Amino acid sequence: MKITRILLFIGLIAVCSSFAGLDLFSDGYKVGDVATDFKLKNVDGSMVSLADYTDAKGFLVVFTCNTCPYAVAYEDRIIALHEKYKQKGVPVIAINPNNPKVQPMDSFEEMKKRAAEKGFSFPYLLDEGQQIFPQYGAKRTPHCFLLEKTDRGNVVRYIGAIDDNYQDASAVETTYVENAINAMLSGEEISVKNTKAIGCTIKV
Amino acid sequence: MKLIYQVWIMGLILLGSCALHAQVSGEVSGSSSTLEMEAAPRGMLTGEQVSIPVYDFEGLEGLLNRSDDKVYVVNFWATWCKPCVEELPYFEALHTKYATKDVEVVLVSLDFPSRAEKVLIPFVEKRGLKSTVLLLDDPKQNTWIPRVSPSWSGAIPATVIFSRDKREFYEKSFTFKELETAVTSFMN
Repeated sequence: MKITRILLFIGLIAVCSSFAGLDLFSDGYKVGDVATDFKLKNVDGSMVSLADYTDAKGFLVVFTCNTCPYAVAYEDRIIALHEKYKQKGVPVIAINPNNPKVQPMDSFEEMKKRAAEKGFSFPYLLDEGQQIFPQYGAKRTPHCFLLEKTDRGNVVRYIGAIDDNYQDASAVETTYVENAINAMLSGEEISVKNTKAIGCTIKV
Repeated sequence: MKLIYQVWIMGLILLGSCALHAQVSGEVSGSSSTLEMEAAPRGMLTGEQVSIPVYDFEGLEGLLNRSDDKVYVVNFWATWCKPCVEELPYFEALHTKYATKDVEVVLVSLDFPSRAEKVLIPFVEKRGLKSTVLLLDDPKQNTWIPRVSPSWSGAIPATVIFSRDKREFYEKSFTFKELETAVTSFMN
């Protein structure tokens, strides 16, 4: 009898903790957390990790894709961010989190085409097996995570949108990501660390 | 043998508690009326068959905070959002089935305003959407997304269901059954 009770008890704990585990998992990173590195396939066929960038001071990891109109609306601004900040040690690392089986236009082949069309000069990686985006807690495309390289790892400094106007780049009032990178590079406190924006759900 | 029984009983208890959560009932009688907004729209998109009012968030916010006898189902969607389009028929079915029961379905489109006339109007006309459709044109998303729900990441589809004393936010896709279950839980 005792054994059965103990077994039931263990079973209940297992059930409860699995729910709690799911919750923790879906939350992803918060500002201040250390972000995981990865090894993902780039459109040029190479494998890319954050650790490859020995001289980088940080990274702008952008979860984005070919198909989401919001992601497309931000493509040129993502290119501009990379051009502006790669010399300063903060390159863009773009990751497509979508499952190509659910969204065929986000397949690796289509990513290659899009990267060539737009002349992406940053890595455009496929989150093959969709292991990375849930750890970051990316919820939509586009979704940015600004990381700072520190002694304890790549620390998340900003999570959210690129700026405050998806419709019109010329009508932007606050450049959230640029402000965050500038503050990070000059060792100042980032004033806005989290922002929200409309985006497409990640296709799983 | 005893072990097997105990496991069975435990399983039944777990199932029972889940079912309790899901079980909802109740009907409310009343009359339906057309949706009147507190604020005037800042613009109007006009097609051959339909007109779609355009609001900024300030204009929409009054609707999101109504406290009358109705249950409001406010769905944020866009024509380019595949999972949104897939669940639209369920919102339409809900509108049809519960229109006489004081349930108001509002479809808030987040289509790009610059393309709304070309894309949204024909879409609404072709599908013959019966629910209220309006266009939210407000680029300051970081300001208004948390005012819809602090838990909203910004991904669509997203839906708010509320009555006078209850409010739930859902960042998910619905089946009709899920939607109906959710809505009827507000009708008591």
